[in-house]
Amino acid sequence: MAKRRVMFTFQPDLITEPVIYTLGRKFRIATNIRRADVKEDRGWAVLELDGKPEDIERGLEWVRSKGVRVDPISGDVLEG
Amino acid sequence: MSFVKGLRCRECGHEYPVAPTNVCELCFGPVEVVYEYEAISRSISREKITRGPLNMSRYKELLPVDGDIIDIGTGFTPLIRAKHLGKLLRLENLYIKNDCLNPSYSFKDRVVSIAVSKAIEFGFDTLACASTGNLAGAVAAHGAQAGLQSYVFVPANLEPSKLIGASVYGPTLVAVDGDYDQVNRLCSELADRFNWAFVNVNIRPFYAEGSKTLGFEVAEQLGWRAPDYAIVPVASGSLFTKVWKGWQELHSLGLIGPVRTGMYVAQAAGSSPVVNAYEAGKQEVRPVKPNTICKSLAIGNPADGRYVLKILAESGGGAVAVSDDDIVDGMKLLAQTEGIFAETAGGVVTAALRKLAGKKVFPKDAVVVALITGAGYKTLEAVSGHLPPALQIQPTVSSFEEALQKRKAEGKSTA
Repeated sequence: MAKRRVMFTFQPDLITEPVIYTLGRKFRIATNIRRADVKEDRGWAVLELDGKPEDIERGLEWVRSKGVRVDPISGDVLEG
Repeated sequence: MSFVKGLRCRECGHEYPVAPTNVCELCFGPVEVVYEYEAISRSISREKITRGPLNMSRYKELLPVDGDIIDIGTGFTPLIRAKHLGKLLRLENLYIKNDCLNPSYSFKDRVVSIAVSKAIEFGFDTLACASTGNLAGAVAAHGAQAGLQSYVFVPANLEPSKLIGASVYGPTLVAVDGDYDQVNRLCSELADRFNWAFVNVNIRPFYAEGSKTLGFEVAEQLGWRAPDYAIVPVASGSLFTKVWKGWQELHSLGLIGPVRTGMYVAQAAGSSPVVNAYEAGKQEVRPVKPNTICKSLAIGNPADGRYVLKILAESGGGAVAVSDDDIVDGMKLLAQTEGIFAETAGGVVTAALRKLAGKKVFPKDAVVVALITGAGYKTLEAVSGHLPPALQIQPTVSSFEEALQKRKAEGKSTA
């Protein structure tokens, strides 16, 4: 089992979709939201994922394919 | 010993003992260093600072290092009264903080100096970073001086001059064949997996404190005061927030008066998530995909973006984005008025300054400070195609006179 901390940023058209719920069910990942802010025009969530490494990878690919931006929780690591 | 009290989450306020970590275990918010200010106030004074060494150690009470600071000659860079640029922009008290003059030619020496000092205290034997240039050079240089191994990850398409500028210090240079997001993702995973001092990841709270010294120096060099306005280049936003924090600390310790500085963000239009949020009146930054010649500010998802926005609101400042053409013009303008050849981030700041001055944002007699954070020799390619070619002559006086006349005529025809 592995844990991964990530930040999801949602486009306006995805605010009403249960992306995190589906991620958990479809890929057998435990999702634990630590901080989030969802408004009518956008939203983000900082969460921890707990599951098999390959399930997490596949799950995150699916989340990206839905149009959700996935970032490390500390922002960009690459600097000038 | 330092005056550090511990680490505190910037979101939920939970406190932690000093450790190599950058996130709160409860809410995953970023943590920052907090100090015992009462004890500091009994130890620090203007006189003591003034008597101190001409490097970052003169502000040691306000830095998170217990032992000696790993120093390759960083800090106390010149604050120059920019008379010529000031005259052009109708600013009587314009100053340039020239941080190009640090040992690896950028302000990153400040943060890396503190990060490496702290990494040694934590017992790490290996440094690491992911960088598009300045940070890579600073980490490799400090690693060499401290006798630590360094791993420097760079995008594979980085300019050859920047690769040389880092590899000369002897790190293990790793060129990652991937786009911006892929390099970011990989390095974030590596930081989790390897027990290394990733200077801007697990050592970030300490690393970031090094930026305060830029603010301390500006205040001291202005005669113990914060400026009326500051123009700061923003990438992750760490420099911006820490310069502000530094001035607040000096004020709370009675070393300077109240801080009434209008803080201004300067970004490249091709990577301006903070400016976008500011202009849209948002309190959160929406990540972007960077596309600008200014690689040193090309951060699409700035870690400190929301804290920069808070300071903008608190200080009554603003945010300006400038185009790549403006950046090149800015680099030339600073070089041709003040003799300072800055890298593209300096072009961003100078172009933003010109834009703000054009809108008469600053009163004529205001004390305005522009932070110039890296040297132009790192980004020669940015200006190389935008300068007049050399006069090509034969080794005779007549050939020179002929070429000179031709150049003058061309100048007139384009004037």
